[in-house]
Amino acid sequence: MRAAVVVFPGSNCDRDLAVAFERAGADVTMVWHKDSELPEGIDIVGIPGGFSYGDYLRCGAIAANSPICKSVATHAGRGGYVMGICNGFQVLTETGLLPGALLRNAGLKYICKTVGLKVETSASDFTAGYNAGETIDIPIAHHDGNYFADADTIAMLEGEDRIAFTYTDNPNGAQADIAGILSQNRRVLGMMPHPERAADAGHGGTDGVALFRALAGALATA
Amino acid sequence: MKARVHVMLKAGVLDPQGEAVRHALGAMGFAGVQGVRQGKVIELDLAEGTTEADVTRMCEKLLANTVIESYTVEMS
Repeated sequence: MRAAVVVFPGSNCDRDLAVAFERAGADVTMVWHKDSELPEGIDIVGIPGGFSYGDYLRCGAIAANSPICKSVATHAGRGGYVMGICNGFQVLTETGLLPGALLRNAGLKYICKTVGLKVETSASDFTAGYNAGETIDIPIAHHDGNYFADADTIAMLEGEDRIAFTYTDNPNGAQADIAGILSQNRRVLGMMPHPERAADAGHGGTDGVALFRALAGALATA
Repeated sequence: MKARVHVMLKAGVLDPQGEAVRHALGAMGFAGVQGVRQGKVIELDLAEGTTEADVTRMCEKLLANTVIESYTVEMS
């Protein structure tokens, strides 16, 4: 598996994500936001958490229009894998690679804690390492994680089995308790919780490891 | 020339910040505030010849997220 991790000014989970990919066996290249091309032969692009461009205008809005994001969209359009975590999820909704938007948390507070997630589907290369219905513990750390989409979009996501994870105890007001969703081809994942922060025993939890291992398994033969 | 763009959350999209402001106004003794919606105003300094259609494209591509926000453009 060859992974690229995008670094924006203000990204702060880029190195954690790179380590999580490396631990799963990936060869990782860091890519700067001003680069206009991804390196050759990349299987998956990781868009990390943080505060790209200071969250100016809207979280993820300016990053979504950066030079590198054009090539990320091209990569996704060719069937390439993309994973956006936290601010990365916000970037993916702003680019239109995933539907919906992330609003301010309903309780207005920034929330940083470990939460329970229900794995809604194991039918993706991101979630194949879990059993559908299983509950895992993954940290969240966000101010704008309240997933919003119109009723038709929510129904479509449910109907197409594209909700990857839901919160067991909704912390932010997200519609349908949504914590993470998949693209129609199931190769783009956006999620607010941070699996890369639950990928080492030193983190206090390792429930995120199965995600990176499943990806490495699927993409090793790609 | 200038343009002023107003960006607001669409009707039906919860605005928790507006709600917090409404609560605060009530707690301060301002009676009768039934709803508060908070948005933003973006002022653009434009070269002569920039059209309202240009500003509309800016809104669609960057200044507003039309999934959750609506916008209006005032040219002056």
